[in-house]
Amino acid sequence: MSDRLAVRKTYKLYVNGAFPRSESGRTYEVTDARGGFLANAAQASRKDARDAVVAARTAFGKWSGATAYNRGQVLYRVAEVMEGRHAQFCEEVAAGEGLSASRARAAVDAAVDRWVWYAGWTDKLGAVLGGANPVAGPYFDFSLPEPTGVVAVLAPQRSSLLGLVSVLAPVLAGGNTAVVVTSRTRPLPAVTLGEVLATSDVPGGVVNLLTGDAGEIGPWLAEHDDVDAIDLTGAPADRAMELERLAAGSIKRVVRPPAEEPDWSADPGLSRLTPFLETKTVWHPMGL
Amino acid sequence: MTNLFEYAPAPESRSIVDVAPSYGLFVDGEFVDGSGTPFKTVNPATEEVLSEVASATDADVDRAVRAARRAFTRVWGPMRPADRGKYLFRIARLLQERAREFAVLESLDNGKPIRESRDVDVPLAAAHFFYHAGWADKLDWAGLGPGPRPLGVAGQVIPWNFPLLMLAWKVAPALATGNTVVLKPAETTPLTALLFAEVCRQADLPPGVVNIVTGAGDTGRAVVEHEDVDKVAFTGSTEVGRSIARAVAGTRKRLTLELGGKAANIVFDDAPIDQAVEGIVQGVFSNQGHVCCAGSRLLVQESVHDEVIASLQRRIGTLRLGHPLDKNTDIGAINSAEQLARIRELSEVGEAEGANRWQPACELPERGFWFPPTVFTDVSPAHRIARDEVFGPVLSVLTFRTPDEAVAKANNTTYGLSAGIWTEKGSRILAVADRLRAGVVWANTFNQFDPTSPFGGYKQSGYGREGGRHGLAAYLEGAQ
Repeated sequence: MSDRLAVRKTYKLYVNGAFPRSESGRTYEVTDARGGFLANAAQASRKDARDAVVAARTAFGKWSGATAYNRGQVLYRVAEVMEGRHAQFCEEVAAGEGLSASRARAAVDAAVDRWVWYAGWTDKLGAVLGGANPVAGPYFDFSLPEPTGVVAVLAPQRSSLLGLVSVLAPVLAGGNTAVVVTSRTRPLPAVTLGEVLATSDVPGGVVNLLTGDAGEIGPWLAEHDDVDAIDLTGAPADRAMELERLAAGSIKRVVRPPAEEPDWSADPGLSRLTPFLETKTVWHPMGL
Repeated sequence: MTNLFEYAPAPESRSIVDVAPSYGLFVDGEFVDGSGTPFKTVNPATEEVLSEVASATDADVDRAVRAARRAFTRVWGPMRPADRGKYLFRIARLLQERAREFAVLESLDNGKPIRESRDVDVPLAAAHFFYHAGWADKLDWAGLGPGPRPLGVAGQVIPWNFPLLMLAWKVAPALATGNTVVLKPAETTPLTALLFAEVCRQADLPPGVVNIVTGAGDTGRAVVEHEDVDKVAFTGSTEVGRSIARAVAGTRKRLTLELGGKAANIVFDDAPIDQAVEGIVQGVFSNQGHVCCAGSRLLVQESVHDEVIASLQRRIGTLRLGHPLDKNTDIGAINSAEQLARIRELSEVGEAEGANRWQPACELPERGFWFPPTVFTDVSPAHRIARDEVFGPVLSVLTFRTPDEAVAKANNTTYGLSAGIWTEKGSRILAVADRLRAGVVWANTFNQFDPTSPFGGYKQSGYGREGGRHGLAAYLEGAQ
């Protein structure tokens, strides 16, 4: 062991491509599974959430307008850069989730591979979910999937990296932008993921990561008129109904929380892509 | 002097329909009395009372849901999918056989011109059943994931603007996917749904597969809030949609909403003006503008504004408003006194806010609910008539200079149901269609519908699709 004193990292928010502290100045203590001090994480506020929504809305045009091939390459790049930080993620996941080294490694492996899986989806969704409609008239009529817009994601509370990637990557693959509230007690891998995203050609604002309490920030996102959809996966069980009711105000698309946190290593299929996709149908007459 | 263009009256005979003096609820294959106070349904063109219709209470709705659950568990769920399909084919054929009867009844109860009920509503309703019939035994190939299963009992609440067609949009996919239904038609237009109940009997559809409960908002609420309903499908206003979304929050119920709209119909300077004018007229005046996807905001490029408006006014001057059963009628009656009051109010607000109202010289019948086709020019994006859904024959005209401005103005709405583009330039059609945040985009046409073509909104126009492969997902467990 080297006797060199380590340079510790300040864990901050990731908003609009930058790493600000919470405007509220609040932090909270993050501990490892045995209660030992790990870091003080920024505790995001309502204002941070609103800033994040503005960033996500601003970034939506460019990200949704990028070619599917381009989005696929960027998401693949995330996997590449994440792979390079493999050891760091293993350490953070093991500490935060209290996993053995081998189980932490399996989670990180699966998280990297999940980016690869979704990177490959971007340019296939149109063919798989869209198509020409054989209408009974002289028209060419086709339907295509399009991103819903700005998606608020309450990330899983237990699986701090694989769970997070499993809910975030499909939102991005469809062309949406995201405002994520991370696991409250295990936020550190999310901040490191922010550093990966910031260096993977993901445009600033496409992903915004807020460390803090989904119970506190969730309602502001659920009722925000410029949020188009909300994933309640990591919502506190006793708050899910309230959040869904708030989301009804602007007719948000809602993904309800599962009864308990699922096994994130399972094949996700399209189940997390389609809730954040709209179908657009275009008609044009045929004639000489 | 006889005007060359005067038409002789050409009324469709109403003798083909036999409206009973009163109707009950259709529950478990039988017509039964409702426990609520019956309500009257009137012909909006004459204010004549057509019939008295039963009103379903919570207890009546509960009976209907139980019947639907029984039918789902014992008959419809276990049935061979191919046989379910055959029942739907039967229904499609019966609708075609009795098409004229349905069309006349629809025009009587709703006020829409017979030309539309005969040529659009009823044929499309039959087509929806025919289309979905074929899906019943092919769901494994719908690309919605492995082993799709029905949800159970669907509670469906539909509006008054296309009564039979909206019934078909709801009932056909629900049955094809193996669900049973409890449907509540709109209070002002229950009659074709009740005639549809008779079609279900003629088809020997097993009792309880389709249940029809008539009534007002309370009946709808009972359907939506019933604990044993697995799926709620609603078409109607965004305001009611919001309250339904709140009501199902925290439950296991699945929900699809098809809500309001404020569609932009964009006319570029290179558009074929005569065709565009036809499309504008069709887009906002068909069905008296009682269309959620109506092209109620005309965005016209500044350089052709005067030409388009002049041509539009000339064309509107030839529209014939009046007797819905007359085959030459273009614009029928407003569906209810309540809706007429809303259209009048918003039109007055339009004037008060500074827009210019134009209406053709147009004689309105003395009885009944009528509103002439109306065009507002000099409308600003902040005006209520540019933002609120009027749901009537009222067009708001705005202008733009560049395609970017057109897209920005078109998207400047909380709605996102439909939009129109008129231009001869193909690349512009595709680029603008790509940037419009709307579920259906009609280019060089407007208000086209087909059962194979998914329909539904972005943003506050709702979620879920109806029609096509996509529409099946709303009624299947595990559909992705």
